[in-house]
Amino acid sequence: MATRSFTSRRELEQHSFPPAVALLVPLGAILLQALLPRPFPRLAILDLPLIVTVFFAVSRRNPVAGTLTGAAIGLLQDALTAQPIGVNGMAKSVIGYIAASIGIQIDVENLTTRILINFGFFLINSFLLFLINRRLLGLTNFHIYWGHELIRAAINTAVALPIFFLLDNTKRNE
Amino acid sequence: MESFFTRFKNVLVLVAILLAQTIGLAVQVRRPVESGAPDSSRVTLIRYWAVSIVTPFERFFHGIGHTIRYGWSNYVDLRNTRQQNHDLQDQIARLRLEQASFAEDAMQGHRLQALLDFQQHYVSATVAAQVIGTSGNDLSRVIYIDKGAKDGLKADQAVITPDGIVGKIRDVFPHTSQVLLINDQTSGAGVLLATTRIRAILRGSTTGQILINNLTPDDRIKPGEQVLSSGGDQVYPRGLPVGIIESIKVDPDHQPYTLIQLRPAANLNQLEEVLVITGTQATLSDQAQKDLVTGAATAEAQAADKQLADQQAAEAAARSAAQIVADRLPSIHDDATDAKAGTATTPATTTPPVSVVPKPLPTLHSDRYSSGATPSAADLKPGAPETNNPSIPQTPTPDATTQPATPKPAQPKPRKPQPLSDPTQPPNP
Repeated sequence: MATRSFTSRRELEQHSFPPAVALLVPLGAILLQALLPRPFPRLAILDLPLIVTVFFAVSRRNPVAGTLTGAAIGLLQDALTAQPIGVNGMAKSVIGYIAASIGIQIDVENLTTRILINFGFFLINSFLLFLINRRLLGLTNFHIYWGHELIRAAINTAVALPIFFLLDNTKRNE
Repeated sequence: MESFFTRFKNVLVLVAILLAQTIGLAVQVRRPVESGAPDSSRVTLIRYWAVSIVTPFERFFHGIGHTIRYGWSNYVDLRNTRQQNHDLQDQIARLRLEQASFAEDAMQGHRLQALLDFQQHYVSATVAAQVIGTSGNDLSRVIYIDKGAKDGLKADQAVITPDGIVGKIRDVFPHTSQVLLINDQTSGAGVLLATTRIRAILRGSTTGQILINNLTPDDRIKPGEQVLSSGGDQVYPRGLPVGIIESIKVDPDHQPYTLIQLRPAANLNQLEEVLVITGTQATLSDQAQKDLVTGAATAEAQAADKQLADQQAAEAAARSAAQIVADRLPSIHDDATDAKAGTATTPATTTPPVSVVPKPLPTLHSDRYSSGATPSAADLKPGAPETNNPSIPQTPTPDATTQPATPKPAQPKPRKPQPLSDPTQPPNP
């Protein structure tokens, strides 16, 4: 009988996803993000691509995979906007890297942890966007209202929890 | 060396990716172009790939939604249609009258513009398009429409709705176009305040509001004033509604300028169908000219009707004035009228004084001052008066037909009727 030995927490809880899920879920998130604000303008406050980025990063627990996933999702998101391509790509690359790195250290299956990391990552994403627009692109009239960003983080966290729960069913242990 | 890359593999990958994207950003923003301009060909290609991936799904879901809405609105939700039709007919009639009132001014304006050789641009051709998607990012307010280069659309063409301007086309793909909304932070437009005729520049913001921030404080600018496109940006034709001033306050970042916030005329959050202006011309379109002629004809008919109504009103007023004078002036009434005096005599039943001349009492002892003693002016001859006038009647015979029924000696002599005097005017000496 073959036996497997686990040498670290990372190897113990590392998950992978079927290629169809890894491809279609980010694409679906971007598609929904583009479609939903048209009939429901208030849903533009959501950031489904960021939720998916965080989920895949913390589940795979691989910083390289998290970075690449975040970059791909962010770049595709940028391509649909009027912004220069790379603004969301850079922000989500950093988010993917940090999320994967945190996923190695802590138990991300816990509900409280999920709430905290989602809320925190949405604020970090806003801060990164502010830095990129204000410093890299030199948009002096770019403002961020932190009260609005806190509300956005809270709403997205509330939406992220059921999405995480749904996507948990697509995981497969390696 | 190998251990270094292995050990810091994750960080190195992150740095490499960030560096690549930073270089990409630098390449994109290097070109000194105005905000909202289309991208270079390489970036457009990347966007084209992304749009090609997403747009088919957007069209599919939009088609499903459109079919459901069409079925609902055309077959199920037809209640009150008759009433709406009636209301719309009323609205058309009202608008025709309004159009007639503006037609004369418009024709006069066109004549003056022709005299001044003023180049005006009228919308001559539009392409209707449906909104199929958004950017999905509230920091970038763009929409996607289902018409593209194959339908004759080009970058920088204005996009409007019947309510007002929406934005301009930023990127064109074969079957899809990206529209930059006027409330995007990179948008701008030349505008004109309708009442004060002050020109300004409108800009979008990160929060999705449209603002004017290049004006100094001016007491003439009030909330509620309409803002129109000025045509100075060479994108939006002159005179299209942009929005209404919602608030005016001091710009904290750029004092002493003011921050004027506008409420957009078009509902930018729920756009279903838009019009892309594909052509303008210096003269009015044929249909618009026909409408103008119709309006002018309606205005003439309206003026004729008004003139007729004025005449009738003047006649009625004259009659009314005559009746009032008749009430005020002493006059001779019939017995029957006298009998009813003090009960229910109305001005309409009294006899006008101008038609009844009071007759003097029969003369008992006639002299040369008696009525009828003076000869008619037709019988007089120029020259010295005759000493003996043979035509003086001795006893005038009162005419039964002109004799007053009940003369009132105590009443003053009747005067010539005069128009109603204005109490504010001094009495005529």
